Amino acid sequence: MFEGYDFEVIRTSLPYLFREGMTFTVTLTLIAMTGGIIFGTLLALMRLSPFRVLSGLAGAYVNLMRSVPLVLVIFWFFFLVPYIGAWIMGASRPIPVGAFLSAAITFTMFEAAYYCEIMRAGIQSIPRGQVWSGYALGLTYRHTMAQVVLPQAFRNMLPVLLTQTIILFQDTSLVYVISATDFLGAAAKIANRDYRLVEMYTFVAVVYFVISYALSMLVRRLQDRIAIVR
Amino acid sequence: MNYTWHWRVLFETEPGGTGTYLQYLLAGLGWTLATALAAWVIALTIGALVGTLRTTAMPWVVRIGNLYVEIFRNIPLIVQMFLWFFVVPELVPTALGDAIKQMPPPWGMFWPAVLCLGFFTSVRVAEQVRAGINSLPRGQRMAGTAMGLTGAQTYRYVVLPQSFRIILPPLTSEFLNVIKNSSVALTIGLLELTGRARAMQEFSFRVFEAFATATVIYLLTNLVVVLLMRALENKVRVPGLIAVSGAPQAGH
Repeated sequence: MFEGYDFEVIRTSLPYLFREGMTFTVTLTLIAMTGGIIFGTLLALMRLSPFRVLSGLAGAYVNLMRSVPLVLVIFWFFFLVPYIGAWIMGASRPIPVGAFLSAAITFTMFEAAYYCEIMRAGIQSIPRGQVWSGYALGLTYRHTMAQVVLPQAFRNMLPVLLTQTIILFQDTSLVYVISATDFLGAAAKIANRDYRLVEMYTFVAVVYFVISYALSMLVRRLQDRIAIVR
Repeated sequence: MNYTWHWRVLFETEPGGTGTYLQYLLAGLGWTLATALAAWVIALTIGALVGTLRTTAMPWVVRIGNLYVEIFRNIPLIVQMFLWFFVVPELVPTALGDAIKQMPPPWGMFWPAVLCLGFFTSVRVAEQVRAGINSLPRGQRMAGTAMGLTGAQTYRYVVLPQSFRIILPPLTSEFLNVIKNSSVALTIGLLELTGRARAMQEFSFRVFEAFATATVIYLLTNLVVVLLMRALENKVRVPGLIAVSGAPQAGH
């Protein structure tokens, strides 16, 4: 099976694959994770708020994002972000935006919908008594949420949040459709230049597998430790 | 935002000459559904099998099942798509590989996409099946054994009928996921709904009309699937058997 398998092309392209490609992938993942969890938590608070307008808006946003394929969302934002940029800056023509910024906005907005559902379940898993005791102590809504409910919700949901982040890490490979040079994009460029598709794509698969599998093992161990503490 | 909408583009003829742009997109929906349904058949068959085997008491079968699940879960879908499309034809015997490569379009892209999505989804179905079986009280299996049923009979008549009813709602969302994930097939050149919206944008330069129409079609498809599955849930419901609501799960 490995006859004619050219390991040399992988070896020589390693610096490019990791320094260019993997850096893009990891940076994008971290930005989208941070932004997605922050925006997602805000969305979850909106969805759970007693104000119908807020909960309705957040619900519509989350359901919309969750019903549309990620590829389509990537296209939407790729073309939409220049118009939004022009609108914010007051420019008369769409402002060209690079693939990285476009991808970072897309994944933050898209993943926020998924993080929102996780955080909503996390907040709802906290007994109501915790909220009431916060109010009884004279804390405001903001303080009750920030000091009492959210820290516990985060802790309970940490394994699911991290699992979602592993999925996000894999999904960032879809930026291929806007020709960004992430890990897969970098490999695809080498593969097509040297006509070494078999080598490059199997190598990409192995690398993604090793990273995702190692991370999911870590999450599983964390889950066990949290379970004992609780 | 100064974007001039031009919705009438939907009723203009697309350059391929097969009809209007709207018809072009709806034909794309047809390919999306065909891919999703064919993949769903594979996913349900293998997923039910692997999921069930992972609940048995045979350690090496469980281990192989776990390995299968980990492989398909830890490689991004688009990479799996490339493996099925570019790599598999090179690794199989030359005659078969050539036959695969010579399949006329769109079948040459359709079948790799179906296999890819089928195996990818089978892992998620397997997880749901396993969770559904494990959510049943242990007494159910014991009662089966006490009544003199064999292991296989216990599964067939006691365990599986209950667990499949329990996991019907999560299976609905997995089916919605196949429909959404089939859009990744555009990377190997299958012109399904998203691929056609992208092509329409390139031909007509009507960016947002194309994507908005595709979005609405996806939303309507989701709605129809949810309603159909709800009807199915009602049809197969056993009075008194209450479905367990699952814990939150990560997804995409």
